[in-house]
Amino acid sequence: MAARQQMAPMLRRLRLAKASTNLGRQAALQQSLSRPVRCFSNSSPQRFQRTPPAAAAQGKFTSESYPDIKRDSRFAQLTEEHVAYFRELLGSESAVIDGVTRSDAIDDIEPFNSDWMRKYRGHCKLVLKPGSTDEVSKILKYCNDKMLAVVPQGGNTGLVGGSVPVFDEIVINMSRMSQILEFDEVSGTLVAEAGCILEVADQFLAGKGYIFPLDLGAKGSCHIGGNVSTNAGGLRLLRYGSLHGTVLGVEAVLADGTVVDDLCKLRKNNTGYDLKQLFIGAEGTIGIITKVSIQCPQRSPAQNVAFFGLESFDQVQKAFREAKGQLSEILSAFELMDEGSQALVRQVTNNKRPLEDKYPFYCLIETSGSNADHDSEKLQAFLEDVMEKGIVVDGTLAQDETQIKSLWAWREGITEALSHLGGTYKYDVSIPLKELYQLVEDTRARVDAAGLLGDTEEFPVRAVVGYGHMGDANLHLNVSTRRFDERVEKVLEPFVYEWIAERQGSISAEHGLGVMKKKFIGYSRNPTMVGLMRNIKTTFDPNGILNPYKYL
Amino acid sequence: MSALRILVPIKRVIDYAVKPRVNKAQTGVETAGVKHSMNPFDELSVEESVRIREKSRAPGGVEDICVLSAGPPKAQDVLRTAMAMGADRAIHVDVKEGQDLEPLAVAKLLKAATEQQKSNLVILGKQSIDDDANQTGQMLAGLLGWPQATQASKVEFGEGDAVSVTREVDGGVETVRAKLPMIITTDLRLNEPRYASLPNIMKAKKKPLEKKTLADFGISAEKRLKVLKVTEPPARQGGGKVEDVDGLISKLKELGAI
Repeated sequence: MAARQQMAPMLRRLRLAKASTNLGRQAALQQSLSRPVRCFSNSSPQRFQRTPPAAAAQGKFTSESYPDIKRDSRFAQLTEEHVAYFRELLGSESAVIDGVTRSDAIDDIEPFNSDWMRKYRGHCKLVLKPGSTDEVSKILKYCNDKMLAVVPQGGNTGLVGGSVPVFDEIVINMSRMSQILEFDEVSGTLVAEAGCILEVADQFLAGKGYIFPLDLGAKGSCHIGGNVSTNAGGLRLLRYGSLHGTVLGVEAVLADGTVVDDLCKLRKNNTGYDLKQLFIGAEGTIGIITKVSIQCPQRSPAQNVAFFGLESFDQVQKAFREAKGQLSEILSAFELMDEGSQALVRQVTNNKRPLEDKYPFYCLIETSGSNADHDSEKLQAFLEDVMEKGIVVDGTLAQDETQIKSLWAWREGITEALSHLGGTYKYDVSIPLKELYQLVEDTRARVDAAGLLGDTEEFPVRAVVGYGHMGDANLHLNVSTRRFDERVEKVLEPFVYEWIAERQGSISAEHGLGVMKKKFIGYSRNPTMVGLMRNIKTTFDPNGILNPYKYL
Repeated sequence: MSALRILVPIKRVIDYAVKPRVNKAQTGVETAGVKHSMNPFDELSVEESVRIREKSRAPGGVEDICVLSAGPPKAQDVLRTAMAMGADRAIHVDVKEGQDLEPLAVAKLLKAATEQQKSNLVILGKQSIDDDANQTGQMLAGLLGWPQATQASKVEFGEGDAVSVTREVDGGVETVRAKLPMIITTDLRLNEPRYASLPNIMKAKKKPLEKKTLADFGISAEKRLKVLKVTEPPARQGGGKVEDVDGLISKLKELGAI
């Protein structure tokens, strides 16, 4: 088995070779051997790599890009006295990053002040890292009494600026509360602290034969508390449903320090209002989630991945119907990618494309089941059928584990590839399936008509691409730009939101509202609903200190 | 130049991405219920053979690409994969699960197969990632009395029956030349294996797969080597994480480092 270990040093040698010589062949090989893993997954928290302080320092402050957001004058300014209290409370040196009394802490605070895309940047001067629910409670009680605004923060991998401050809010970072507390091997119920990294939880479960019901590209950095707070969707939703179903209970701390202990471990509990549901997807505006109990399904031992090329979106819909019909219970993912998104991944990674020719659409199908033979027989029959019917033009079936990972990289690598190329306007929307891709075409036509889209440097927009979770009617519309240009935003907004509202879609399927979509909530929710939401916010957080300037 | 008849021996091994575990009896590696696939070095051999044909690199052309695997019935899966990548036909030599062949037995089997199939070029992976023997190609060359070029990173065809093979050695590359018939073993940098396309996967189902037994080649699975014990390498001692500078200092003091 030593060759397995040897391959790693070989890869390193190949990388060196790539650096020192210019042989394209070697570069290509290096790619093939680098065994691409699902893109962000094998890394530990990436915040620091992605947002080096120097780069972040150039980022624009959210308060500048959103001039209509004004600091709420009811909130107190941070003083040395406040800092001294938190220091006393949290004890350990590393739990407080203090930029109020110490001027040398600016670089340390910067990563907590901006998001990984460098799109949002706050003026925060104090970061607190509580180590227990009790500490969170005491921090919030003090902040509520002193009128200090706070921002709860998990892995800071959000896309809408929900986890970074706008002005000088105190960041409450949950990374020290990262323990897995208990796991019931019979029922599959996992209880963990909010700061537990998703991949760590999933690895732990893998060892027990279970799987975390949520999977997404940023799993190596994001916290499960943040996942629940934002009601993250991700790649396994088609199979395991949303967190509203899988989360059995939460423990959360309200603005005044009250601990809401609803850490229920029961699947069924029809006693009164299901209050935990309010915390799921509340983005930290009504309380800070400190613990989560979640129902984990059995991990499927057999997985297969197929990758298709299709000629039109009509064919994609047909393929989806066939997949549901023929693969039924083993279908675990049906992902859509357009040629534009794949071209960008290719441009950035230089990986060998799975199919020889280019097609306007690609689909990735994953099956998971308990019996490999049964699954592959079903999948084979399905593939033959869709090929014969002419729904699918070309495709490939992963022959081994490595190919499964590299095929997935073509879907999961899109976000990362786009971030390498420059700024991206991201819209995460739900639209009835029939018109799912029409949005991309209409947007592209509109940007093009405005003379902003082109292949050369003079055009601010590089590409308008679409991809997403076909199975959940969830599309990611991404507009990749070469530089910031006000005209682009004017062309896109509110056009995109209006387009979606006309079709009763959702302007935020899984990414949440944050700062980015705060003012657009009206496109997806009527005034009665928004009014009720405001009432809930006031009930839980009368002073409005939790994650202000966002969400509603 | 004579037309090439290429024989590509392939092996079904535990998938590269799976972490192998030693069985409880410590007699070998746990294979039951573990995902298997084609030995990665053999994928390179198949890919290279197909490319020689597709790019018409050999002046005499490629007449036949035959893949061969000795193993349990499941080995037919990797043979189908190889045919989906572009091999013409396959031979499956049935060997019972657990009755693994040693490199010498495989080399003898391949010698017989090479003669039967009238092959004039055998492209093998330099080693399989389960046993890591890196012996079969060399032994086969010895048994056949053919020239061998091991660990190929580039294969070029010249005038007559000459074949130039570039191989990576410490501190550079070495180019060797030999005449057909010959043996080539492949190394990682030779090429990048393709994905088998759906139409080709389906076509591969109709390509001929011949079933044979060891007796057909006059070979027995007798063992010359005895495995005494298989154990996992000692577990790596994990590192610890300290909260802050004070924690680091006290830890260093505790260890007597300062």
